[in-house]
This record gives sequence, C-alpha cells and structure tokens, in this order.
Amino acid sequence: MSERTLYDRVWERHKVTELPTGQDQLFVGLHLIHEVTSPQAFGMLRERDLEVAYPKLTHATVDHIVPTADQSRPYAEDAAEEMMSELEANVREAGIEFSHPDSGDQGIVHVIGPEQGLTQPGKTIVCGDSHTSTHGAFGALAFGIGTSQIRDVLATGTIAMEKQKVRKIEVTGELGAGVEAKDVILEIIRRLGTEGGVGYVYEYAGEAIESLGMEGRMSICNMSIEGGARAGYVNPDETTYEWLAETDAFADDPDRFDELKPYWESIRSDEDAEYDDVVTIDGSSLEPVVTWGTTPGQGVGITQPIPHPDDLPEDKRDTARRAQEHMRVTPGETMAGYPVDVAFLGSCTNARLPDLRRAAGIVSGREVHEDVRAMVVPGSQRVQRAAEEEGLKDVFEAAGFDWRNAGCSMCLGMNEDQLEGDEACASSSNRNFVGRQGSKDGRTVLMNPRMVAAAAIAGEVTDVRELKEVTRA
Amino acid sequence: MSDVEIPEVDSVSGTGVPIRGNDIDTDQIIPARFMKVVTFDGLGEFAFFDQRFGDDDDQKDHPMNEERFQGANVMVVNANFGCGSSREHAPQALKRWGIDALIGESFAEIFAGNCLALGIPTITASTEEVGALQAYVEEHPDAEIAIDVDRELVTYGADGEDHAIDAAVDTAQRTALTEGVWDTTALMKSNADAVREKARELPYVEDGQIPDAAD
Repeated sequence: MSERTLYDRVWERHKVTELPTGQDQLFVGLHLIHEVTSPQAFGMLRERDLEVAYPKLTHATVDHIVPTADQSRPYAEDAAEEMMSELEANVREAGIEFSHPDSGDQGIVHVIGPEQGLTQPGKTIVCGDSHTSTHGAFGALAFGIGTSQIRDVLATGTIAMEKQKVRKIEVTGELGAGVEAKDVILEIIRRLGTEGGVGYVYEYAGEAIESLGMEGRMSICNMSIEGGARAGYVNPDETTYEWLAETDAFADDPDRFDELKPYWESIRSDEDAEYDDVVTIDGSSLEPVVTWGTTPGQGVGITQPIPHPDDLPEDKRDTARRAQEHMRVTPGETMAGYPVDVAFLGSCTNARLPDLRRAAGIVSGREVHEDVRAMVVPGSQRVQRAAEEEGLKDVFEAAGFDWRNAGCSMCLGMNEDQLEGDEACASSSNRNFVGRQGSKDGRTVLMNPRMVAAAAIAGEVTDVRELKEVTRA
Repeated sequence: MSDVEIPEVDSVSGTGVPIRGNDIDTDQIIPARFMKVVTFDGLGEFAFFDQRFGDDDDQKDHPMNEERFQGANVMVVNANFGCGSSREHAPQALKRWGIDALIGESFAEIFAGNCLALGIPTITASTEEVGALQAYVEEHPDAEIAIDVDRELVTYGADGEDHAIDAAVDTAQRTALTEGVWDTTALMKSNADAVREKARELPYVEDGQIPDAAD
C-alpha cells in the first residue's frame, strides 16, 4: 500500500468514517454539476424528499448541450432547452451558484473550476463527468462519478469510495520541440493501456511534468481516465501557487492565500513516499503522438509505422483489426498524410488560452485547406474573451477557421457540432471512440492543438515540426 | 425523508447474452445523442443502438437483436467493459433492456461503481472462462446461468450439463450487494454530524459553507 503520498494524505483528511461495505465515506470539498448527468439526481432527491446538503460547496455550469453558434433562448433544439431549463430551476431552488452563459463565466466544467479558483490543492472534487480528473493538476483528488453518486453527494456532501493503489509515473528529461503535454499522456496511455490504470490513481512527476504550466498539467490529468485511472494528480508547487494567486478566489484576498498555503504544502507527497508501482518514461525521446484507432491507447509517434495487429499482444489484436477497418488505415504506414475533413480545436483537454495561442502560431499567415472545415471552440467564455482581446480570433478567422462560443461541442457531439457520415476529424479532444463525435461512421484522430492546426492547413495529418512557425505581425 | 427499500442481491439467475470485444466504451453502450433527456426512462431501447441499427433503423447482426437472446438478463462481456464516460445512462440503459448482472474479464471503474449503485453485480472471471461461457451461451441460449454473489461462483448448463466458474466479486461490492447497503444515501446521511465535524476540520471550508445541524 502507498504511504505518505498526496493521495493518502488528502484521503485521510477527508475520511468521515468507514462504511459497513468496507468503503470509506469521504467528505466532498467541491461538487461540480452540469446539465447532462445532474437532472436525474435532483429527481431522485425529490422522490426521497431530500435537500441539497452543501449548496455552497456546489457549483454549476452548462457545457455539453449548449449551442456554440446561436445561444439565444430558447435554444433551437427543444431537448437542449429542456435540459438547460431544468438545470436553471434546480440550482435556483437549491441555492447553487451557476456560471450561467449570461454571467460571462460559463464554460466547460473542467475549464471554469480552475480559472475561477474553485479548484485548489488538497480538495476532494467530484463531478458527474469522467474528465473530472483534470482538476488533479492542482494537487486535488478529483474524479468522475455517476448520477446515483451525484445524488449521494447532493444529499450528504460525501461519497462512498474504496481506496485505490497509487502509481507514480515519472516523465524524465525535457520534451523536444513540438512535443506537448498531450503527446505525453497519449504515450502514457499507449504504453500502459486503456485499462492499465484500473484500480490505480496516477501521480505524474518528473522534470517533464514539473516544467509544464498548469494548462499542460491539466491536459495530462484530464486523460487519466482514458488510461483507466479514475484520478490523476500532480503535486502542487510554485507553478500551481502562481496560477492560483491570480484566480477569483485569491486575487483580492491574499491573506486567504497565505492562510491556505501551509495546507497545500502539507499534503504534497514526501520525497520518500511509498508507491504501489512506479513507471518511468524518458520524456526527451517522445515525438508528437496521433491515434490511428478507436481507443485513446491506439496511438503512434507521427514518424512511426501504424502497428500490424499481429505484432500486438494477443488481447489487443481483435480490437486493433476492427479499429483499422473503421479508420481505414494501413499497418506499416505512418499517420502522416491521412486526409482529414474536419479540424476541431476544443474540449476540456485542449481549449485553454495557451492551447489556442500555440495553435494560432501555426495558423497565422496560412489558410485552412479548401476541403477542410475547421472550428475553434474556446473552453470558456473567459478564454474566449481573452483570446479575442489578444487577436487570436482574428488570426483563426483570417485563416478560415470558424470561431465559436464556449462548450463541449464536437468532442462528443451533443449539440449541433457533429461529424457527418464518414468524415475524418483531426481533434484536440480526448476520445476517438466510434460514434463519439456524433456520426457512427465518423473517424477521429486525436492529437495536440498545434498538430490540429497543421492538419487543418495541410488537409491531412502532418508533422507540425516540419512547418515553420510564422510570427504574427 | 422517505425510506427507500434496498433489496439484498445475493444471487442472480437467468439466461445470458454474449457481447464480444474488449474496450467496449459507454459511447457504444449508449450514444450521447440519446442522453438529451432529464430522466433515465425509456433508455432501454437505445442500448447499443448504433451496433444494433443501421442508418434507416434497419436491424444489424447483433446478439441483442436476436430472438434467442430476448429475455436474457445476464450480459457476458470481455475486458475493460464500460470504459470512457461516467454516464450512468449506460448501466441504466442495460438495466432497462433487462440486464440484472454482468460477467466479464474486467470492468472500467466508474461503470462498475454505477452498476453497484443500481444493485447490478459486475462479476469477473478469467479470459478463458469468460470465452467458454460466451461460446456456451451462443450454443445454448436457453442455458441457465446462476450467480452466487456471496460465494463468488457462477454455474451454468443446459441439457443436464453442469459447468462452474470460480469467479470474483470485489469485496466492497459483495458486501454492499449481499447486505443490501448498495444504495448509500440514507446510510451516509445518518452520519451528518460527523460530516459537519469533518468539514469544520478542513482549512479550506468556510463556516458559512457548512449547513446548520437542524435537519
């Protein structure tokens, strides 16, 4: 069993009691809710005549179904309007703060929590969304839950959980030019597998992780669940504290920051902490990674050949064969040159300001390929405003990208932003599952934001390192 | 607060439906477009929709479309079943289609937790044993499968045959199911004082965020 890790410490600080099942009852420090997975939970509360126990530790936003073009109410789609209205009624009744589109603070739940300073080190954070692991970037223990568990958290402020093992993933060295956080996590999942993390929490460490900004750390923790790990985290450090100091929570209240910092420091893993498993990856050897298949673990370096199913472990072959048939890729070839119809820059993985900046650096002075429809969907209204103020919108629009409003959008195709037919999409999102982007025949290739920008311009998957960055005038 | 009756789930028995393949994600189990709803009612007909139906809603080859598997209540699956999204819509859809238990090589964590919250056991067994059970169910769709949750035992057979699998059920899941404590709301609510105490101990929780004791 792990000892003296951040996970052990945050767990102990939040453990209320042991339940008869052997699970622990954990206090929840922040409960984030959105329109897709919470309405049924509020319904269950009503059936049982229960109220929301900790409304002031609960925060709502709307992201999955929100239109990213015309957001005037009522929404064009009846089902979307119904879900939004239901959420509005539920939060009003319970007294839950809501980052409503009218507030200017709306966005993807895993973008707005951090940017508002709700996400802090040493908190337990849950949300009915598997990418809640994102918040672990700040040294929080954050994980996705189902709707019945949302009911539990709403009704009691706690959750029943079994303690997991801790795997330390140490990424050593310096990442090469053009290699990003996204490539690191795609490589981790490729190596450890989509179920390698089941039963584990991932602690990301090492020089390559520590030298990342908060946005890069969020991209990595975000996709922990794609590797089977329900939660992943990075120990808080000066990078974390600098970011936090600028947020709503502390910008006007430096005393509160000073009050909490000792707690944040106290929950860090010890240098000699014990782990259930340790994996080391040489970060300096990585290159941009793209997926060739239909699970996030089916990735390959951009200059490397797509594996032949027969060369994979026996339990991976069948899935690989079906994936290659769906994607229409040829083993032995590289993914470079794979034609794309759509480029999607967005999602809780890669739609923060630095993501858009880096992609804009590639797009600037170039034009989207004539056969590609390209879109940018900022992660939040704040990201959108900041990007517009510094001229990124103009750069993208000049190149032929569609600049849209904040939401989950084409990551999962619950609004009007969807793939059609068998379109192939270069996507900065997190899942390449069959049907994920709204069309069951659609084909998704996951990659980092600069690679998406490069694919949009070239009309095919392209090694971004071969493109020169154009300095904006 | 109204009391909720939580049945003990000691055993499940019935016939099986095999769903083959590793890494079957929740987007396949219930595509996102069917989640634009505010209740779980009616999700059953959309379970595995894109695998079961073509563009014109024509039926495709899929076990859940086959007459012989109608009425099955035990789904037999392979590795990492239910990976991806946390959507409880996935087990809710399977439950509404008629599934009472799943036997597989392994399950994604959030999916298994969501099943438990609905009182649905997720039993694990070796690749060979799961493969043998899937093959057997295909040969003998009427075969009776009996799951003993407490003894972690699966038995199945038809035409007088009798097979047994030494299966595994996660300890907390086994206790929760067999003792009828898989719905944890009331149980955890009863510790409200200790929860408030815990909240007061945490430096980041402000006094104004903690509700009064009077319930």
